[in-house]
Amino acid sequence: MRISYREAMRQALHEALANDPRVFLMGEDVGRYGGTYAVSKGFYDEFGPERIRDTPLSELGFVGAGIGAALGGMRPIVEVMTVNFSLLALDQIVNSAALLRHMSGGQVSVPLVIRMATGAGRQLAAQHSHSLENWYAHIPGIRVLAPATIADARGMLGPALADPDPVVIFEHAQLYNMEDDLRDEPNEDWACDIEHAAIRRPGSQLSLITYGGSLPKALDAAAELARDGIDVEVVDLRVLRPLDTATIAESVSRTHRAVIVDEGWRSGSLAAEVMARIVERCFYDLDAPPLRVCSEEVPIPYAKHMEDAALPQAAKIVAAVREVLNV
Amino acid sequence: MNATGRKAKAGSGMSERPFTHQLLADMLRIRRMEEKCAELYGAQKIRGFLHLYIGEEACATGAMHALDADDNVVATYREHGHALLRGVPMDAIMAEMFGKAAGCSRGRGGSMHLFDVARRFYGGNAIVGGGLPLAVGLALADRMLGIRRLTACFFGEGAVAEGAFHEGMNLAALWRLPVLFLCENNLYAMGTALDRSESQTELCVKAASYKVPTLKVDGMDVLAVHEGTRRAAQQVRGEGGPFFVEFRTFRFRAHSMFDPELYRGKAEVEEWKKRGPIHSFSAQLKAAGELTEDGFLELDAEAEAEVAAAVAFAEAAPWEPVEDLLRDVTTPGAMR
Amino acid sequence: MFDFTLPSLGADMDEGKLIEWKVKTGDAVSKGQVVAIVDTSKAAVDVEIWQDGVVHELLIAPGEQIPVGTVMATLLEPGEEAPPKGAARAAKQAIARTPSVPGAAVAEGARLRISPAARKRAEALGVDVARLEGTGPGGAVTLADIEAAAQPGAPTPTEATPAAHPAADRNAEMRRAIAAAMSRSKREIPHYYLSETIPMARAQKWLAQINEGRPITERLLMAVVQLKAVAAALAQFPDMNGFFRDGRFEPVQAAHIGVAISLRQGGLIAPALHDVGSKPLDQLMRELADLVKRTRAGSLRSSEMSDPTITVTNLGEQGVEAVMGVIYPPQVALVGFGRIAARPWVEVGAVVAMPTVVASLAADHRVSDGHRGALFLAELRERLQRPEEL
Repeated sequence: MRISYREAMRQALHEALANDPRVFLMGEDVGRYGGTYAVSKGFYDEFGPERIRDTPLSELGFVGAGIGAALGGMRPIVEVMTVNFSLLALDQIVNSAALLRHMSGGQVSVPLVIRMATGAGRQLAAQHSHSLENWYAHIPGIRVLAPATIADARGMLGPALADPDPVVIFEHAQLYNMEDDLRDEPNEDWACDIEHAAIRRPGSQLSLITYGGSLPKALDAAAELARDGIDVEVVDLRVLRPLDTATIAESVSRTHRAVIVDEGWRSGSLAAEVMARIVERCFYDLDAPPLRVCSEEVPIPYAKHMEDAALPQAAKIVAAVREVLNV
Repeated sequence: MNATGRKAKAGSGMSERPFTHQLLADMLRIRRMEEKCAELYGAQKIRGFLHLYIGEEACATGAMHALDADDNVVATYREHGHALLRGVPMDAIMAEMFGKAAGCSRGRGGSMHLFDVARRFYGGNAIVGGGLPLAVGLALADRMLGIRRLTACFFGEGAVAEGAFHEGMNLAALWRLPVLFLCENNLYAMGTALDRSESQTELCVKAASYKVPTLKVDGMDVLAVHEGTRRAAQQVRGEGGPFFVEFRTFRFRAHSMFDPELYRGKAEVEEWKKRGPIHSFSAQLKAAGELTEDGFLELDAEAEAEVAAAVAFAEAAPWEPVEDLLRDVTTPGAMR
Repeated sequence: MFDFTLPSLGADMDEGKLIEWKVKTGDAVSKGQVVAIVDTSKAAVDVEIWQDGVVHELLIAPGEQIPVGTVMATLLEPGEEAPPKGAARAAKQAIARTPSVPGAAVAEGARLRISPAARKRAEALGVDVARLEGTGPGGAVTLADIEAAAQPGAPTPTEATPAAHPAADRNAEMRRAIAAAMSRSKREIPHYYLSETIPMARAQKWLAQINEGRPITERLLMAVVQLKAVAAALAQFPDMNGFFRDGRFEPVQAAHIGVAISLRQGGLIAPALHDVGSKPLDQLMRELADLVKRTRAGSLRSSEMSDPTITVTNLGEQGVEAVMGVIYPPQVALVGFGRIAARPWVEVGAVVAMPTVVASLAADHRVSDGHRGALFLAELRERLQRPEEL
C-alpha cells in the first residue's frame, strides 16, 4: 500500500482516536481548518469539537492544559504548529511535564503526546524553520521521537500514547509529501518500537548517522557514493531521547568511521552529542576523525539559493564522507 | 447552614468540635508548624527556599474547608498550609522539608513541591502562574470524563502579570471549565508592590474581562474566606464555568527566609499584624462567648504537640539511598 | 559481587583475545570450571574460574583483544541478590577498554598521525607504525595501511574474523613470546648449572616388569618415572620449587611440573602436570598423554599455562647427551634429561655396560646455591634407584 507521510500520520491519529475515548487532539486549527498540514482533515466532523479541540493562539495555555488533562486521566495529543511556536510553551513542557513525576517523588505520570512540525526547506524564513529537537532531547523526563519513514509515521504514535511519560514527536515539514510503501499488516497493527535506532542501509566503510528530515538526504548521498564503489551505512536515530548509543557504537565500531547529519545548528547540536558518544565508546575503533554536516550558523534565510546553502544537502554529505575516507 | 454552626468535617484529623474551633485549630496548626520550620531552617535542618505563610492562614483554612475531599487542588510554592489542610499528614510534610524519603514527595521536592496525589493535591508549583494551565487541564479532563468535581487553583497576585494567568483564564472561560481560581493577594510579589507592577490593580476587573464571575474577600477573616469560597464553589458546581476569588491578605514575614524587607515599611506590617487572622478570630469568638482562654490554650497545645511529633518523625526518618538517584525520572517498567 | 579478570597465563602474556564464552549470564559456576576460551600468543587456552558464583554480566565479547587484568565478567556470590546492571558495566568497560600504552609510535618530535583503530591493530599484528606512509585524511595511518603492511602482497584480511590468529601469525607471535621470556630469564636470573650421570638399570628393569602384559596404550613411559622422581626429590628441596617475584622467593608446596612439549609447527609450550608428587604413576601417565594431546590441539586450561612451579625438559628422544636449560621465569629451576643409553660404567671395580642418563639442573642463584643443587641431583639419583617406591 503506497501512502504519504501525511496520510500515515493521519491514519495513526485516526486509529488512536477511534480506539481510545481518552485520546483527544488539541491545538491551533486542528479542527475546522483540518490541521495546518492537513493531518487532521475530516476529524472535526467525525469526532466532534470536544475531541478535536481548536485552541486560541495560546501555546503556554493549551500545552499546560494538555499536561493537566493527562494528570486528570486523559490521553491528550497536543499539536503545536511548529517547533518555533513551542518556545512559547517551553515552560510548561520543561518545568511541568518533564518534572512532575520527579518533583512528586514518583506519584504522577504525564501521559501526554506533543506533536510538532520542525525544519526548514520551504522558504518560510527565520521564524518558521528552526530545528530545535536537541533542546528537548536535553531534558530528562521526556521521550523525543523523530519519525523519518512512512512506517514510523504510522507506527510511532500508538506506543507514544502508551508511554506513561511525556513524548514529543517531531515531524519534519519536508516529509509530509513523501510517499512510500507501507507493508500490509494482517492485524493492522503498525506499532513499532520507540527505543532503538535503525540501520536504514547497511554498509561497511562509514556510518552516516542522521534523523528526521535529513534521512532522505543521507540515503541519496549513500546511493550516489555507492555508484563510486563507496559503501556507506545509514543509521536513523529515530529516538532522540533516550539516544540508542548501543546501535550507534555497534555501527561505528564496525565501519570505523562516522559522519553525522543534523539540520540543527552545529554548536551544541544533537550531532555534537552523537559525536561525543562515539568518541567515548568507539575511540579505539575510529580510523578517522568523525565529521558533522549541520546547518550553517545563520538564521534560515528566505531566498531559495541561500536557504539551500544553509542546510545539509546530499552533496555536502557526499563531500564529508569523501573527506573522512580521503578518497 | 450557617458556617459557624457547623461541626468539623470527619477526617480532618481532629476530634469532633465546633466548626469555628476547627478553623481556629487549623490556623494554629499551620502557624505552629511554620514557626517550627523557621527555627529548623536556622538550625540547618531545612534548606533551600522556605516561603512562610504566616499571616495568611485564614485563606487556606477558610478555603480548604469549603472544598470537597474529591476536588483537585493546585497550589504554589507557599503551600505548606494548603497541603496540611488538604489532609497531608504533618509528619510527611515535615519529613519532606528535611529531605527525607518519608516525605510526601520522597524528599525530591522539598518545601516548594509538596505533592499528595491520593488527596488530589497536585503540588506546590514554583513557576509563578505555572499552575493555572494545569488546573485548566485537570478540569478539562474531568469534564471530558464526565466527573463532577471542581479544580481549585491557588496563586498569588504576582501571577496575574504572567501570560499563563491570562491564557488559563481565557481557556477556562472559553471552554466553561469548573476551575475555582483563588488569588491570594498579599500585595507584594516578592518585593514588588502591586501598584508598581500592574496598571490595573483591581484584579477582579482583569478576571472579569474574560467574563469570569468574581468576588473580593477579606483574606484576614477566616469566616469571610470560607463563606466566599463556599459560594464561589457552589456556583462553579452549579453552572460549570470558572470563578475568580480574590483574598486580600498580608504576609507577616519575609518573602523567603532571608529578605531584609527594604520594600515595605515596618509600620505597614505592624498595621496588618493588628488584624492577624488567629488573634482577631479568637478574640471574636471569646467576645461571643464561644471560646475561653483555656479552650484556646488547649487548641494551641494540641498544635504544638502535633508539630513536636512531626519533627521527631522527620528527624528519625531515613535518607533515601543515593543509589536511587535516577529513580522517578521516567515511569519504571514502561516499555523500558 | 566479584570480578572475573583475564589472568596472566605466563610471564610473557600481557593480553589475550576472547574466543568463546563457555558460560552465559545466569549460569552457576563452580571453582575450577572452565568459563572461557582465550587465545594467547601461544595457544587457545581454557580459562578456569577460582570461586563459586553465578554469572551476572559478561563484559567482553568474543573477538575482543584485552589486556591482562581486564574485568571480563562480573559474578554474584552464591546467594547474592542481583543489583541492577548498567553503572557497574560502564565502569568496568571503561577499564576493560583501556589498552596498554603503545610502543614507540612517535616520530622524531612530531606525533605520528595514526587512527586509534590503526594503532590498536598495529599492536596486535606487531607492525612498526613509525615507518609507514599513511593514506588517510591528512596522511594519517589507517587500518588498511596496517593490514597492508602486516601482509605484504597478500589481500587485506577481513575484519570480521575474530577467531584464532592465522597459523603464520601464531608462530611468529609464539617465537616473539619465547624470545621475550628467555631474554628476560637470561637478563634477570643468575643461572648455575650442575649435572649428574644416573644409572638407570634398576628403573628400566622395574618398568619392564610393570609393563609386561599391559597393552601398549596402558604402558608407562620412563618420562613419567623421571617426573615422579623429580617431584619426590623436590619434596625435600623446596627451594627449587616455586616462584621468584618482586624480589623474593615464594615456595610452593605441590610440585606442578611444567613439561616442555615441542609443537609440530615449531616452538614449545611447558604446561603443568599438577601435583605430580601425590598422584600414582598410572594416573600421571594418563594425564601426561592427555596434556600432550591437548597442547598440540591448542586447548589448554589457564591454570596449566600459568602455574608450573618448575620445568622438566626431556630431549632424550632427540638423542642429545645432556640439556642445559634456561629457566622459565618466574620459576627458579629447570631439570633436564638427556638420552638413556648404555655407556661404560664402573661397578664394583669392573667396567660394565650400564644404561645411564645425564640429569642436569639449571637453578636460580638468588634462591639456591650449588651445594643445594648438588644435593638435589643426588637425591634425584637415589630416587631413581628405588623406582618401586615411586
